[in-house]
Amino acid sequence: MPPTASPAVAQDADLARERPSRPGARAVVLGCSLLLIALVAASLLVGSGSIGIAETIDALLGRGSGDTTTELLIREYRVPRTVLALLVGAALGLAGAVMQALTRNPLADPGLLGVNAGAYAAVAFGAAFLGVNGTDRQVWLALAGAAATAVLVYTVGTGGRGSHGAAKLVLTGVAVGAVLSGLAFAVTLIDPETFDRVRFWQVGSLQGRQWDTVLAILPFVGAGTLLALALPRSLNSLALGDDAAASLGTRVVTTRLTGLLAVTLLCGAATAAAGPISFLGLLVAHGVRAVVGPDLRRILPASLLAAPVLFLAADILGRVLVPAELPVGVVTAFLGAPLLIALTRRRPGGAR
Amino acid sequence: MNTTERIWPARTRLLRLPWPDAWARVDLRVAAVSALLALVALAVCLWSLTIGELAIAPSEVLAALAGDADEGVTRVVREWRLPRALIGLLGGAALGASGAIFQSLTRNPLGSPDIIGFNAGAYTGTLLAALLIGGSELGTTAGALLGGIGTGLLVYVLAFRHGVQGYRLIVVGVGVSALLTSLNSYLLVNLRREDAIAAATWGAGSFNDVGWSEVWPVLIAAALLLPAGLVLTGRMRLLELGDDAARALGVPVERTRLAMLLVGIGLTAVVTAVAGPIAFVALVAPQLAMRLTRAGGVRLLPAAAMGALLLTCGDLIARTVIAPSQLPVGVVTVCLGGAYLVWLLWSSSRRGTA
Repeated sequence: MPPTASPAVAQDADLARERPSRPGARAVVLGCSLLLIALVAASLLVGSGSIGIAETIDALLGRGSGDTTTELLIREYRVPRTVLALLVGAALGLAGAVMQALTRNPLADPGLLGVNAGAYAAVAFGAAFLGVNGTDRQVWLALAGAAATAVLVYTVGTGGRGSHGAAKLVLTGVAVGAVLSGLAFAVTLIDPETFDRVRFWQVGSLQGRQWDTVLAILPFVGAGTLLALALPRSLNSLALGDDAAASLGTRVVTTRLTGLLAVTLLCGAATAAAGPISFLGLLVAHGVRAVVGPDLRRILPASLLAAPVLFLAADILGRVLVPAELPVGVVTAFLGAPLLIALTRRRPGGAR
Repeated sequence: MNTTERIWPARTRLLRLPWPDAWARVDLRVAAVSALLALVALAVCLWSLTIGELAIAPSEVLAALAGDADEGVTRVVREWRLPRALIGLLGGAALGASGAIFQSLTRNPLGSPDIIGFNAGAYTGTLLAALLIGGSELGTTAGALLGGIGTGLLVYVLAFRHGVQGYRLIVVGVGVSALLTSLNSYLLVNLRREDAIAAATWGAGSFNDVGWSEVWPVLIAAALLLPAGLVLTGRMRLLELGDDAARALGVPVERTRLAMLLVGIGLTAVVTAVAGPIAFVALVAPQLAMRLTRAGGVRLLPAAAMGALLLTCGDLIARTVIAPSQLPVGVVTVCLGGAYLVWLLWSSSRRGTA
């Protein structure tokens, strides 16, 4: 298929129009957009508290009934929380898709591969030894942790000529993630204050996040998204193998490094804001690939649209499922782990 | 990674065991290494009795063990330090043996109980017990046992499809483990801070409050399950040749595998129940032992001896490194074992094997 369109979100719809052979892409864009609008509305209207819908709409439009608490709650908590869900969801979904392409591995997921654990460990160390709090300063730590872990896992997990490439990468990620989580855990145990702060962040939740968190991660998510969306064509040729990609004129090393940088920016920012969240990338990338096919020029933009849908839905689900709120990280884990298990059962030979 | 190049090493003796249809081939080098490791572990264990806030001379320790020292010293040695040292020895042996069984099953060093979700499951059980009935001794132990064994069986059932393959078991275990870990962090948020810290300390694996009441269950489990594991080793090694080969040699494959799984889970679960999930001992001990014995495969006995040595040393470090306060022993094993694990993966990627 000759590449004609430059990769950008807005042009994904045009792409679909050019090739009616795959109606999936158009359906994804349309369906996700509609769902997203519906979910944003739901997210603004539904909370774990008991504020009436009419009241909420009034507060949003600034026609406050004089009840400042309600207005404050809606404007300072519910609106930023919704925006943050969109940002974090998009970041993790896109990172998952890029990671699966980079590693040529359908099981790759930033959470499974330990990148989120690296970010978490860095934040925990920062909280314990440097007294770092607040998302704006946590972001830098999380980025450093994510970067170091991504490079380590990638180097160790893709080395060698083993036939179990896919499984080995996942296992390396799990091993490194386990070590880092264990260390971070130990550090937080030394000091009850740190433990208390970190345990609420560690679950992976959007509860109580405000505008400052959104603003803190916005530049990083933006940069990571731009980098990722510049990559699909190179990543497409990488899927053929390094040698074939090089002979097609793709700069293999540059592509890999750019991809890793994008994953690091996206995961680090998302983890700093919402805590370590697993499986979102895995879920989204698989769902999207099943619908739009293997072409990354469609997968990346579609993931960017589909991931926030899923993440926001998981967040809303967590709000209404139990009275005290189920953190969104728990919801995504409960959705994603069964998928991982189903995938390994489906193919003979498991995750090879 | 650990291909069984030589299934039957040259220097073996055949031992007939006192029940029908059971024999043991004893590899002399393996036996010697196991004995040596066990002796070193015992020596470290005795030495650890002399170390602590109150330094006690070795001669006095021996006197206290025999009951001839003054009352205070006797209490410190017999009631406080001895149970802890014994848990280190027995628990380490149980974990090492359990790791050997799982690594043989999955033919992969990462097929260890701590990677494939049993620890996470035991922790879930404990947290649930703490939430539902408050953090009592009995609740913690029962919760850990039920959680660990339940998770093990769940992983086995989910991985079962026309038999169980090593890799599938690992990846399914990893998935279940991730799910439970996420659930654990959520349960931890719902506890009061004091309870949460207590649960989290247990979750890191700690010997800080073990006494004689914790030693007995581990002793009984080790006495029952280690021999059972030894009886299975012959079939275990045939299974490593692959299911078809094992069947051709008359091994009932799935039945043997289930029996091994039960023994392995039992050994891990009982240690986890008394001391919390202690990471990486089960993973590292069989691998180190394999390299020392040059046996070309993981073996139960040296792995058990190595586990005892590792956990005894680990506990000694945990007690002394930031004295007077103590680290959870699990933190020490995570650091040391984790570093070794990453190195193992790294070196295997350098060699070009998977």
